[in-house]
Amino acid sequence: MTDAPDTEEGVARIVRDAMAAAAPLEIRGGGTRMGLGRPVQAARTLSLAALDSTVLYEPGELTLVAQAGMTLKAVEALLDSENQQLTFEPPDHRALLGTGGEPTLGGAISVAASGPRRLRMGAARDALLGMRYVNGQGETLRAGGRVMKNVTGYDVPKLLCGAYGTLGIVTEIGLKVMPKSEIVQTVAIAGLPDGKAIAALAAALAMPCDVSAAAHLPETVSRELGFAHSATLLRVEGFETQATYRIERLTEALAPFGPVERIDSDPWPAIRDAMMFAGDDRAVWRISMKATDAPLLVADLRERIGAEAFYDWGGGLVWLACEEGRDASEGAIRQTLAGFDGHATLMRASDAVRAAVSVFQPESAPVARLSSGLKNAFDPAGILNPGRMRA
Amino acid sequence: MIEMPVPDRKIIARRDDIAARLRRIVPAEQVIHAAEELKAYECDGLNAYRQPPMLVVLPDTTAQVAAVVTLCRAEGVPIIPRGSGTSLAGGSLPTADSVVLGLSRMKDVMEIDYENRTIRVQTGITNLAVTGAVQPDGFFYAPDPSSQLACAIGGNIAMNSGGAHCLKYGVTTNNLLGVTMVMADGEVVEFGGAHLDAGGYDFLSLICGSEGQLGICTEATLKILPSAEGARPMLFGFDTNEVAGEAVAAIIRAGLCPVALEFMDKPAITVSENFAKAGYPLDVEALLIVEVEGSDAEIDEQLTRIEAVVAPYAPSTVKRSGNDIESAKIWAGRKAAFGAIGQLADYICLDGCVPLSQLPDVLKQTAELAKKYDLRVANVFHAGDGNLHPLIMYEANDPDSSRKAEELGADLLRLCVEKDGCLTGEHGVGIEKRELMLTQFNERELRQQMAIKDVFDPSWMLNPAKVFPLSLSTPHVEDCRAA
Repeated sequence: MTDAPDTEEGVARIVRDAMAAAAPLEIRGGGTRMGLGRPVQAARTLSLAALDSTVLYEPGELTLVAQAGMTLKAVEALLDSENQQLTFEPPDHRALLGTGGEPTLGGAISVAASGPRRLRMGAARDALLGMRYVNGQGETLRAGGRVMKNVTGYDVPKLLCGAYGTLGIVTEIGLKVMPKSEIVQTVAIAGLPDGKAIAALAAALAMPCDVSAAAHLPETVSRELGFAHSATLLRVEGFETQATYRIERLTEALAPFGPVERIDSDPWPAIRDAMMFAGDDRAVWRISMKATDAPLLVADLRERIGAEAFYDWGGGLVWLACEEGRDASEGAIRQTLAGFDGHATLMRASDAVRAAVSVFQPESAPVARLSSGLKNAFDPAGILNPGRMRA
Repeated sequence: MIEMPVPDRKIIARRDDIAARLRRIVPAEQVIHAAEELKAYECDGLNAYRQPPMLVVLPDTTAQVAAVVTLCRAEGVPIIPRGSGTSLAGGSLPTADSVVLGLSRMKDVMEIDYENRTIRVQTGITNLAVTGAVQPDGFFYAPDPSSQLACAIGGNIAMNSGGAHCLKYGVTTNNLLGVTMVMADGEVVEFGGAHLDAGGYDFLSLICGSEGQLGICTEATLKILPSAEGARPMLFGFDTNEVAGEAVAAIIRAGLCPVALEFMDKPAITVSENFAKAGYPLDVEALLIVEVEGSDAEIDEQLTRIEAVVAPYAPSTVKRSGNDIESAKIWAGRKAAFGAIGQLADYICLDGCVPLSQLPDVLKQTAELAKKYDLRVANVFHAGDGNLHPLIMYEANDPDSSRKAEELGADLLRLCVEKDGCLTGEHGVGIEKRELMLTQFNERELRQQMAIKDVFDPSWMLNPAKVFPLSLSTPHVEDCRAA
């Protein structure tokens, strides 16, 4: 059964009823990211789809406040009308997960969906100014606000960002947005092996060129996007003279790695959405780690489990595909990663596999205690998306 | 006057014993208990409030911090974490029964990793020393609170500090990658690390800005960024605050991302100019300083565009810096503003934040309220993000003037909240804005936040009596400690 209330109070009422009945709720935006996290066992679904209005948009303040069920398509169209955009370039997970529907702002925030621009402009949480939400007791609450700087009380909005609806149901979101750049140009170095490529990206990111995205696609992956060889990619933005100057500087500085060529296509949406892994039946992991360690991890996992990988965030984000099997190679991946500092999240696998393994990085004992303490502080009856993050 | 909870006499009676036991954890001279030495810790930057602590302990290592916290917990002694004591909100104001845990000896740079653009430090290091450690190699640490010469990274994390340049680079939370934190029970826990966005609940975001109430951060991994090739400001004068406010919004909207966008009103201009002789025009109502970064060509392009965007607002003064000497001169007045005002009078520096569109109205009402209280207020602030810093001038030795200044301050912060803003943009709540929290949040919202503290610090031993109104926290703390 699905309820789609059109007011925040309506959401709160359903939560209070669910709490009284000890009946868990599955929280849903557009349903496009339902394959993320662990499967939820709940007889009732609460959809935010009917809470889809713009509350406030002030282009001169780079501020948007919208209800959680507003589709990203509508948000992006609205921002585009003022030549603005979201800062965190949220991925669209539909192709990767094989889901339908329209992604919503609330969904993107609840799973902390951050794309290539995260490197330069911050993650979803960094764009958050405030929110309204309903906790597990059916109380309607405000956290943060709509101003650019705010340290009034604890930063609850950022905590709820990436909490997969397990602490509260986000009903309204205040965001900092950004202007679109006059020029957006991608440049590439062809044919670098992984280690050299990451070194080239690090060299570029150590220059004051405001590189807004930096990725490396090894050859097997780059072919999916029509490159003949491995592609080491940098996105440069700015005003015209600014962008031209930055590309010149990067070309000069990266010369030891190979010629830097401007490319006409825009590979970033595909990198953002991990399109190169869409449409097959492998398990997909997303690993956040030190960029310089990433090629070592990938080399090891290529050998051990036949993994295929590409790198975003200058190498600090590894997208990795491997045979799904019974456990998506969780053991091998976590064991290899343990030699480094980082976190691995299972992004795609069947419900059975995601129910069987730790989708998120296992927490240390004290952190696990804090996590369950927070869950209890926000949702004492355990009715909001139970099991979505931890068994 | 802001109240503090009644100190626990039973704890104070055990002072010598507790001091002796702390001396088994750290070298004897790092436990301070002589009255004249405790005086140095009786207040922070909010110096209208003073209370020496029972003891001060200055550890060198995370393990020592953990041992101190474990001891204090067993003895039921409240802990006041302290970086450099520059809080403007009373964030490190002690109580008479507390131990101040000072980070001032923990200043090591532990690791610099240029390839991954991170630095690992002990949190007693000053903000400026972090930049100092990487500057020779062309990097910097972005958050730059004006106290950066003195303030500690630990305090920056506690308050989620900002600064003039956060318009482009963000505040502490946007530049913090990981912390080592000593929990209220003495356990040492790692959050985040030298990488982006760990999965699971975002503890790092919750810890940053929690005012030392959830744990004591002893080490931190921070993001460092490549320094721009250069930076140059431009100065605009306007006939009214309203028009200056509109020009700010126009610059932001045009996508001309300056690194700093500072606003000074007439009282601030006059005082600063008399003091610093920066060459500011005295016949204007408002000044904007807009700074951009990049190569010379990039700077010229951006300043030309900014000049064009501002032109329709008919600035009466337009001055573009052509070199470092001119840049320093434009900044001289702004940088001298607080000191210059300090020479004239005692002052309270407020820290509200409002939406940009509300700036002109808020400035107008600020002037009206100042008149009502018969006090002078100067405004020098980060306009690009609407972060106001009204400086209320008063006579600290005159109780009537002090009371009026405090009341005016509260009125101005209420005004910020009414205008859809907030009580504090970058200084924190501390004790200063604790009782005003109910103007911004309702009781349920504050109780939900207090429930977060319960998870981390079930007996409320870390920096108690801050952030939440005493009317809510005192009965709650009594219940928690009884349990």
